Amino acid sequence: MSGGVDSAVAAARAVEAGHEVVGVHLALSRNPGTLRTGSRGCCTIEDSMDARRAAAKLGIPFYVWDFSERFRDDVIDDFIAEYAAGRTPNPCMRCNERIKFAALLEKALTLGFDAVVTGHYAEVRQGEQGPELHRAAAWAKDQSYVLGVLTTEQLEHAWFPLGATPSKAEVRAEAEARGLSVAAKPDSYDICFIPDGDTRGWLADKMGAEEGVILDREGNRLGTHPGAAAYTVGQRKGLNIGYPSPDGRPRFVLEVRPKTNEVIVGPKEALAVSELAGTRFSWAGAAHPDATSGFVCEVQVRAHADPVPAFARVADGELRIRVDAPLDGVAPGQTAVVYVGTRVVGQTTIDRTVSAVPASV
Amino acid sequence: MAVYLDHAATSPMPEAVLAAYTDALRLVGNPASIHAAGQAARELLETGREQVARSLGVDPVEVVLTGGGTESVNLAVKGLFWARNAHARRPRLIAPLGEHHATMDAVEWLARHEGAVVDWIELDPLGRIRVDALAAALATGGDEVAFVTALWANNEVGTIQPVAEIVELAHRYGVPVHLDAIAAYGQVPVDVHAVGADAVSVSAHKLGGPVGIGALVLGRTAVVEPLLHGGDQQRARSGTQDAAGAVAFGVAASLAVGGLPLDRVAALRDRLVAGVLSSVEGAALRGDPDAAGRLPGNAHFTFAGADGDALLYLLDASGIAVSTGSACQAGVPELSHVLLAMGVPEREARGALRITLGHDTTDADVDAFLEALPAAVERARAAAS
Repeated sequence: MSGGVDSAVAAARAVEAGHEVVGVHLALSRNPGTLRTGSRGCCTIEDSMDARRAAAKLGIPFYVWDFSERFRDDVIDDFIAEYAAGRTPNPCMRCNERIKFAALLEKALTLGFDAVVTGHYAEVRQGEQGPELHRAAAWAKDQSYVLGVLTTEQLEHAWFPLGATPSKAEVRAEAEARGLSVAAKPDSYDICFIPDGDTRGWLADKMGAEEGVILDREGNRLGTHPGAAAYTVGQRKGLNIGYPSPDGRPRFVLEVRPKTNEVIVGPKEALAVSELAGTRFSWAGAAHPDATSGFVCEVQVRAHADPVPAFARVADGELRIRVDAPLDGVAPGQTAVVYVGTRVVGQTTIDRTVSAVPASV
Repeated sequence: MAVYLDHAATSPMPEAVLAAYTDALRLVGNPASIHAAGQAARELLETGREQVARSLGVDPVEVVLTGGGTESVNLAVKGLFWARNAHARRPRLIAPLGEHHATMDAVEWLARHEGAVVDWIELDPLGRIRVDALAAALATGGDEVAFVTALWANNEVGTIQPVAEIVELAHRYGVPVHLDAIAAYGQVPVDVHAVGADAVSVSAHKLGGPVGIGALVLGRTAVVEPLLHGGDQQRARSGTQDAAGAVAFGVAASLAVGGLPLDRVAALRDRLVAGVLSSVEGAALRGDPDAAGRLPGNAHFTFAGADGDALLYLLDASGIAVSTGSACQAGVPELSHVLLAMGVPEREARGALRITLGHDTTDADVDAFLEALPAAVERARAAAS
């Protein structure tokens, strides 16, 4: 129970379904802020108090479990390491993979619990070959993307009671009707361990930043930057290149090379990729039967991106995903989640991409 | 059936205290008012203060009623520092490691904001202050020491400190001493004059009084700079005085201190300790194993390889309320700084459990705890591995 409205209503539904429910708030930071900063709460004293009040309202016991060390090692340090390697990670996915449905789930199972219930918008259904993960009924709130890392064992002990709810408004109305004080609490955005939302400043603070050069794809020097690691592929703002490109069109970050502290820029169309691939892949439930020969699917590369038609197969230890039409906004380190219909089939962390428009040299 | 074994966190109010408290709450009157209603309230207030004073072996004029233990400690620590620095430069203060957070945080605040220099005195493996180290710090600090502050008995592991020796040593250098007797009060005699302390902090709810009232005993010659200004209702403290709280505090203190020594509680505690040590492998009793050096209601163990918070949850699920003993922020248990100061390895300190018995503890409570514990430890160890 994060202290937000979704997990409070999820807990309420679990109680109502007749289960023996215990509310657990994860302490993910050793130094929680005294109060919420802006509306981006998570891990603050106020959030844990809100969660405690909700549990009391539901008449269930409530505990705070400390996973701050695991969170630092598996999520925050991983986030920094990924950026340092020139990749763009999704820390919420790592948290689901390593904390909520790993450290927390393991502890819960050994302490005698059967499942972890969260307020995620997604559905676990029982298929012929075991549990399947599906998109939520509320498309706008669907969070199946950030759960795409879950495996059969994890899905067997996961329950998302909000998955079939048509809208967030309905969840808020239910919270109101149940007398939960968090009914009107604002949604949390951004990354919980960067409370002011300034990811670039936070990274510079953690990693240090040294001035480096901005190059085009042909290796021409176009300017300097204050530190490559804070740049993200596809980024347009903040490049501060003093003179225009030869054709006068805006330039975008195409590649980040932390080892040489270089940022490579170029025209928008050079961002388009035709294929993406990664070795760190997993199946959400049973493996796809046509994994080796390949299968028609859709792929989604960010939490709020639209899924696009694609063809996926496993070859040479990689999950390779060819998109039907060139796709923008793909960066190494991101997660590509593969869907067939509403079902999440699996995912991979993207290691490499194949550009749809090769450089002119 | 709920089993409450966390008396050091707060102790249930005996019926006589509850009755005195609620009766007094019905009366209108500010003890500072001149009229009859005010005088009636004043009478209640002073009766309570006298009972509290008697329970501590001091005169009523020496009892400053406060809003609780934390306020008492803050008033003593900050107030003594400011007063002792009013006419001379005495930036040094001496405190043992393993003090309660009320002291530690107040002392650290003085270091950050008022230029205080803190000499932290080491503890021995039983949690007792190293008197030789204290003597050395006093000798080094000389005229620059503002005061010494120390626990009368440790709130986590129950170790009773050599308070008379601490006071005697400090007074040899002309240095005043504050003792935090919040954990000791109602467990062992807190005879302030016999020990000679200049200031002593106590709290009502640890011995069956209400939460929200405590006292700082200030010797007649002790001077502290107040924290709260506005009306001078008491020496060193402003604010309307809580007559009903004082009445309840007085009754609770009389009952608790009148019931000393706590032989029955100590016997139950001894049975609990023996039971734990014989039924759980790898259980280690922390603090002084000798009954004379330990609070009678306190038992404290570490269970290597288990997490204290998992143990707490499992016992709670069986209806047994205990504590890990250490401070929490937003409900997050932290490794005990007391255990670490005693040299307990981190792995063992993680599995700490404090069991504290009180006036209403029964044989059945001890039996229920001993029955639930082995399985809880086994499960918590599995969860931590």
